Amino acid sequence: MLSIKNLSVAIKGKEILKGINLEVNAGEVHAIMGPNGTGKSTLAYVIGGREGYEVTSGEIIYKGRNLLDLSTEERACEGIFLGFQYPVEIPGVSITNFLRTAINEQRKYQGLDPIPAAQFLAKMEEKKKMLELQDKLANRSVNEGFSGGEKKKNEIFQMAMLEPSLAILDETDSGLDIDALRIVATGVNNLRRPHNSTIVITHYQRLLDYIVPDVVHVLYDGRIVKSGGKEMALELEEKGYEWIKNSL
Amino acid sequence: MKQSLVPDGEKETMSTSIQTYSLTEKLTFHHGQHKHAFAGGDPVFAAEQRTNAWEQFTKAGLPHAGLEQWRGTNLDKSFETEYVFSTVPAGQGVDIESIFKCAIPHFETYLVTQLNGWYVYNDSPLHTLPNGMIVGSLASAMSRFPELIQNYYGKLSSESIEGLTALNTALALDGIFVYVPDNVTVDETLQMVNLLDSPENLMLHPRNLVILGRNAHLRLVQCDDSINHGITFINSVTEVFLGKDSSLDHYKLQNKDSHSTLINTIYFSQAEGSRLSSNAISLNGGIIRNNSLVKLEGENASAEISGLYLMDKNQHIDNRVFVDHSAPHCQSNEMFKGVLDDHATGVFNGHVLVRRDAQQTVAYQKNNNILLTDKATIDTRPFLEIYADDVKCSHGATVGQLDANALFYIRSRGISEASARILLMYAFAAEIINKISIPELRQRIDDMVKKRLRGELSYCDQCVLHCSAQENKVNFEIDMSKI
Amino acid sequence: MEKESNNILDEVTKGEYKYGFYTDIEMETAPKGLNEDIIRYISARKNEPEWLLEFRLKSYRHWLTMKEPKWAHINYPAIDFQDIIYYAAPKPKKELKSLDEVDPELINTFNKLGISLEEQKRLSGVAVDAVIDSVSVKTTFSDTLAKLGIIFCSFSEAVQKHPDLVKQYLGSVVPHTDNFFASLNSAVFSDGSFCYIPKGVRCPIELSTYFRINAANTGQFERTLIVADEGAYVSYMEGCTAPQRDENQLHAAIVEIVALKDAEVKYSTVQNWYPGDKDGKGGIYNFVTKRGICKGSHSKISWTQVETGSAITWKYPSVILMGDYSIGEFYSVAVTNHHQQADTGTKMVHLGRNTKSTIISKGISAGQSNNSYRGLVRVIKRAENCRNFSQCDSLLLGDKCGAHTFPYIRTENPTSIVEHEATTSKISDDQLFYCQQRGISTESAIGLIVNGYAKEVLQHLPMEFAVEAQKLLSVSLEGSVG
Repeated sequence: MLSIKNLSVAIKGKEILKGINLEVNAGEVHAIMGPNGTGKSTLAYVIGGREGYEVTSGEIIYKGRNLLDLSTEERACEGIFLGFQYPVEIPGVSITNFLRTAINEQRKYQGLDPIPAAQFLAKMEEKKKMLELQDKLANRSVNEGFSGGEKKKNEIFQMAMLEPSLAILDETDSGLDIDALRIVATGVNNLRRPHNSTIVITHYQRLLDYIVPDVVHVLYDGRIVKSGGKEMALELEEKGYEWIKNSL
Repeated sequence: MKQSLVPDGEKETMSTSIQTYSLTEKLTFHHGQHKHAFAGGDPVFAAEQRTNAWEQFTKAGLPHAGLEQWRGTNLDKSFETEYVFSTVPAGQGVDIESIFKCAIPHFETYLVTQLNGWYVYNDSPLHTLPNGMIVGSLASAMSRFPELIQNYYGKLSSESIEGLTALNTALALDGIFVYVPDNVTVDETLQMVNLLDSPENLMLHPRNLVILGRNAHLRLVQCDDSINHGITFINSVTEVFLGKDSSLDHYKLQNKDSHSTLINTIYFSQAEGSRLSSNAISLNGGIIRNNSLVKLEGENASAEISGLYLMDKNQHIDNRVFVDHSAPHCQSNEMFKGVLDDHATGVFNGHVLVRRDAQQTVAYQKNNNILLTDKATIDTRPFLEIYADDVKCSHGATVGQLDANALFYIRSRGISEASARILLMYAFAAEIINKISIPELRQRIDDMVKKRLRGELSYCDQCVLHCSAQENKVNFEIDMSKI
Repeated sequence: MEKESNNILDEVTKGEYKYGFYTDIEMETAPKGLNEDIIRYISARKNEPEWLLEFRLKSYRHWLTMKEPKWAHINYPAIDFQDIIYYAAPKPKKELKSLDEVDPELINTFNKLGISLEEQKRLSGVAVDAVIDSVSVKTTFSDTLAKLGIIFCSFSEAVQKHPDLVKQYLGSVVPHTDNFFASLNSAVFSDGSFCYIPKGVRCPIELSTYFRINAANTGQFERTLIVADEGAYVSYMEGCTAPQRDENQLHAAIVEIVALKDAEVKYSTVQNWYPGDKDGKGGIYNFVTKRGICKGSHSKISWTQVETGSAITWKYPSVILMGDYSIGEFYSVAVTNHHQQADTGTKMVHLGRNTKSTIISKGISAGQSNNSYRGLVRVIKRAENCRNFSQCDSLLLGDKCGAHTFPYIRTENPTSIVEHEATTSKISDDQLFYCQQRGISTESAIGLIVNGYAKEVLQHLPMEFAVEAQKLLSVSLEGSVG
């Protein structure tokens, strides 16, 4: 699915990622953990194709194609979904309108006709229910005036609607209370398919109680310094990041 | 009534006319009769500027309310007064201490004064201080440092055509010159006091020039005072140049009599990385027009322009601020607040221009007003003119009254309505007062504002700061900390 | 609704001008130029009473003493007022008894514009007065409305049939001396719509005037007068287009609205005059005076405008809030592209007590255009407890355009609250990236964000008009480019 080789990335000349290697196979859930400021979000943005990130070396291969050659929207149309740590507000644009535009543009990319209105609405209903979203949320402007929890739920709702092959969830658990966390995690779990992969970026182990990863990586100072099974997350929680630091 | 403007020979033929001459005609006559030059003669560049400026003035004329920039401010009445266009030097040998003594507690300043538009001195009209700063009479500096001054004088004032500025350039005779060399931080605050002491009705055109070199730092307080006076019309022009990475903290204090007209025009030019903070506190005055024109010419320069006006009776205040963003990555922040009582009228005209190349500009503009009576009027015009797309610009203006909820809240704590009102007005004003970075001055202004709000401060014949008053510390009747 | 409004903006910001065709119909025109004889000619052609000719002549004489206003943030070469044809009318000029008598070419023109003049085919329930060049060619639904006592007809017809009403209100909101272009209009106005809603009647359908400039070298000087008597309600809509020509054409209209006690008038405009080509050649000079007066207490006038066309727009739909507790509203989206220039806004003059006004203005500048908001809020001494809120935002698309905000606020009353806010920004990179990450192309993302930005205003358009406007925008260009 995704193969990152020796990826180095700089922002304004400052190197943030220093040779990342990561293999994600179809159907797998990977967790990337690490202290603040080690490059976790940078990795998500580079995969998403955000401007201002300079790839100084290495490559990202996604479904056999060089991802770095594609524009942001092409990557999205190819099935990459980024759950934002800080979802952006778009005043005046309803979620319904936003998602319909997104789905239809993605369908156009795939050579399909626009989604019939009835089908779209039915899908909205179904996914809203799954995420225990209030009805009125869909008529509100994208992320505008949303609470932290609502924004994160909205990200997962969009993911459910867009059905990506590779979802990267950047600190989706931050700012969530325990109920919201459960709902979000249930949503993510329900969306797991044998051919889909998920990368969960998180600071705490808490989320991983709900979304059980196949592999856990620790990102530290721009490098993946440790990879292991789900037990590693617990060990990390117990010993703290100092443990990683000292073992280096 | 016909004035004796005409040479004796012509008098007889013209005296039958009953018309009075307009101020423009009188000025024209005056200009024709007197050779205007700085003492010691105009250097060539200054003489040229004088000639051009007079031409500009004859084209532009005196301002009238029909001009967009003068909308809301009517000087017609001011122009009707019979003024004396004094040309007699009045500055040398005046014992300034006998008529003026600044005594802000613990406020050590380097004091320079102008009397009736002339720089006041005893021994020498120009001083070079140990740190290299030059302070003194602009007229003297013209002949002493023409090469230096040539690069600055009139550079900003001649860029746009405004009648009164042109008139100043054409008729200016003296003023204050300040030069701070590169890398000099002036520790003492420089205080410029503009005194008027004349029984006659004076029309004056003081002209100041302030030059800050690279990485030079200065604090400047400008006070406008009247001592013994008739009706006055001050048309002051100051050009200020901020060199690269320099900084200027500038304060204007205005507490004048109610029959004076004060036009205070200041041009600021800011080079890369320079920082300007300019604060105008207007507590009393007949007609005050503060004209601040800021040009951000180098990248990463910042300008903070603020003002507070507390006006009553028939007073009129007009704050015009024009900020010209010519370079990228600059910031400007305007904040003006005012309370208008009785028949007072106010004008705020903010204009932010962001030129095409001035990307990444951040510009804010804010004007809040409180009207206390249905005779008071406010005109506010916060303009944005923007030609660059990557900018953050916003402005806001409000006109209202004291917050009824807050009034109720305070009164519910047992405080009288009158006190509650004063308290809220003080809180409204405090945002500007707190921007004053010189602690002694801030304290003094704070006291003055409190007194002003209690109605205890009105114009008196002492100094602008009323420091001769017995009580130096004003005890505000409500302890702010308890609210 | 939302979808429709989106489409409107998408179309106008992206699309080519679709109404640039010219209809070849036989016209009767006055000689070029302006003098008292021309005015007498216009008046005579329209068989006007003496008092109206006098009104025209005094306006003309006043206009001669006036200068063209120069204060707006717009630039254009001097207009030669003697090089304009002041009267052009499709022949034959006789009173039409039925649709059959209308020139089929004209019906076709309006059909092409998406406006059916055949009442029976209309489902949307909108009565239309169609004005081509100087003359109203057809008013639909008049008879239906007449049963309710509503008068909706061409201005010329009103002059003949309801002279007292016209005489009473003409020039009562926009005096013949008001401004340069208003005086010009008062002298030479040709036709337009007249509407009177009697006491207590709520007009059940939307009334609409469709303006079309067709002939070359003509100016269009229409005049609309709407009177809502006590307790009446009407929603009124205006649309406009013009053929594509290389030379500029002048449009100087006047709209006057009178709302008596408890009356409400909603006036919506989609202004889509030909804006000129992408190099700034051609286009309509749109100098329009629109003003309403809330004469009685508790009356309300609401202006909603979507300004997308014209080379130059100079337009300040205003409300004089005379009656106590009256309400004025102004909602505006102004889009400028290429070399268009717009200086538009409103005036809210608070004369009555407890009056309220709201101003929401959204400017969108693209290309090398300049887009200015200019607005006045004035509260006089006796106007106690007034409230105004203004929000004027500008969005810049590209670094060659300009976005300006010129608010004028004058308050003389201490019990009133006036608030003005404005921001200028561009579409943030974060918003773009967020949309793109969901698979939305840059172009669509901009469209989406711009529509969201303007939504606050678009939602005030009447549903019927949104449909109407959409229809207008989807007119085919096939073989119709003039």
